[in-house]
Parts: sequence; structure tokens; C-alpha cells
Amino acid sequence: MAEPTVVRRSPAAAFAARFEAASAGGGLRLAEIPFLSQINLRVDPKSPAAERIGTAIGVPLPMEPGTAAGGGDLEVLWLGPDEWLVLGPDGAAPGLVERLTEAAAGEHVSVVDVSAQRTTLVVAGERARDVLAHGCALDLHPRAFGPGRCAQTTLARTGVVLVADEDGFRLLVRSSFAAYAAEWLLDASVEYVKPPAREAGPA
Amino acid sequence: MLLIPCPWCGPRDEAEFHYGGQAHVAYPEEPAALSDEEWARYLFFRDNPKGLFAERWSHAAGCRRWFNAVRDTATNEVHAVYRVGEPRPVIA
Repeated sequence: MAEPTVVRRSPAAAFAARFEAASAGGGLRLAEIPFLSQINLRVDPKSPAAERIGTAIGVPLPMEPGTAAGGGDLEVLWLGPDEWLVLGPDGAAPGLVERLTEAAAGEHVSVVDVSAQRTTLVVAGERARDVLAHGCALDLHPRAFGPGRCAQTTLARTGVVLVADEDGFRLLVRSSFAAYAAEWLLDASVEYVKPPAREAGPA
Repeated sequence: MLLIPCPWCGPRDEAEFHYGGQAHVAYPEEPAALSDEEWARYLFFRDNPKGLFAERWSHAAGCRRWFNAVRDTATNEVHAVYRVGEPRPVIA
């Protein structure tokens, strides 16, 4: 019997074409970044383990609420006073879990691979804030929520982790909510997307 | 809608929070030693003031931490928020 082939499919893969169409106007860019590694880390911020973990991955854990720290191909998001989300490239999760667990060295630390829990949606461009404002009550102005900041909040009643970038936002949304969030984003962005130029027809 | 200042995340919409009832209700030292009436008082009897009330909230859609808030039940104004374990602040 032939081995069944397993095809990996990201939660918002079906939206690629519509994201691209919405991004064509230039004012807005929607896209999915699939399969990023995500490790949920819980550790007492004052413990030696927290410091060792920061050294081991080369990114000190951000201690200020709502901030993110990056270094190399890793990024660490503050989720709570003793909780962080470590983001890495596709495929990095098993190695990351190993490094974090090793750095924890038996202390009271929790390291869990949650890569499949969320997918990442990009909402970028000069209209990104306007689109998100349709369903998010946070002040997303750069002076309050600029690059290096992140937040857990709700967007259109969906729980999301929002990360600010130079030219927009990344949106970590649960896999089972990804289709809803994608539909909502496309709907909210209608007014900011220039319709494709019509071909001149017969008069 | 209330704007509740989470001690960790800052001001957020009420919809992000869960309500946890009256704060500073201590678990009895020896529950087994209580009479039924005393146990019922611990379980079910809560203050119901018109005015300042210390209550528990959980930032369910954010940092998922429990904290305490002093809210005026008549005006809904949140006078203070403080972390679990901290004493109730005195509000003049």
C-alpha cells in the first residue's frame, strides 16, 4: 500500500489570492506568514533561569509589559508578567524547545511548543491602522504603539497577539479563527482598496 | 463600556475582562470546623455597597492576570487598581 502523503496547509492558505488582490492598490498589504515557530515560555522573571534563558537564546526577556525584543532570527513577546512567546522561523521549534529547556536546568519553568496554535497575518501599509481601527479599541498610533510593542487584545471579538512593525502590524491569530479574521480583514479593508482599473468598453 | 486600567497592560475595554466578585474574602483557616451557617456566609454572603467597592477582575483577553480594583458602584468610576497581595489603597 502506498504511503499517504501528508501535505502541510496553513490556516489562511486559501486566502492568498484575495490577500494579494487587496494588496494591489499599494495603500495596504495583507499576507499570511505561515508555519512560524512559537514557544510559550513561563518562568519567574526574577529567577536565575529567566536570565539564563535570555543568554541562551541571545535575547534578554523583555520585562516591560507590552514590549517585544528581537535578536538574530528570534523574537520574544511579553505576554504576561511571567509569560513570553518566543517566535522563530519555520522548523526552529524543536531546537528552540531543547535550548530553552536546557537553560531552565530543572528550575520551575514551562516550555511548550505552541507553533500550531496560531498563524501570523500581516497588515501593513499606510492604511493598516485604519483597517485595524474598525475592530480594535487599542490606540495604535506610533507614539503609543510603535515598533517594539506588542499586545494581547481583541480584534473583531477575536483574541489576537498584535505586534507593531516598522510599516504595519503582525497579527497572531488562533488557527481556528484565522479564516474568520482573514474574512474580517478583507471586509474591513474594502474601502481602502482601489478597485482595479476598468477596461474601456464600447461607449 | 468601562475603561479598566489593568495594572500590567494599561487601560483596556471592559469586554477584555472577567469579573470576579468581592475582593479580600479570605478562605477560612479551618473550613471543616465551620458550622453550615458560617460556611454559607463565607460562600454566598457579599457586601453590596453603594459607593466604593473592592472587587476582583481578570484581564482575560490580555495578560490573563487577576487583580483588584476599587470601583464606585454608583458612578462606575474606577478609583484604583492594585495587584493581588497588595493591601486595599485608602481612597480619600
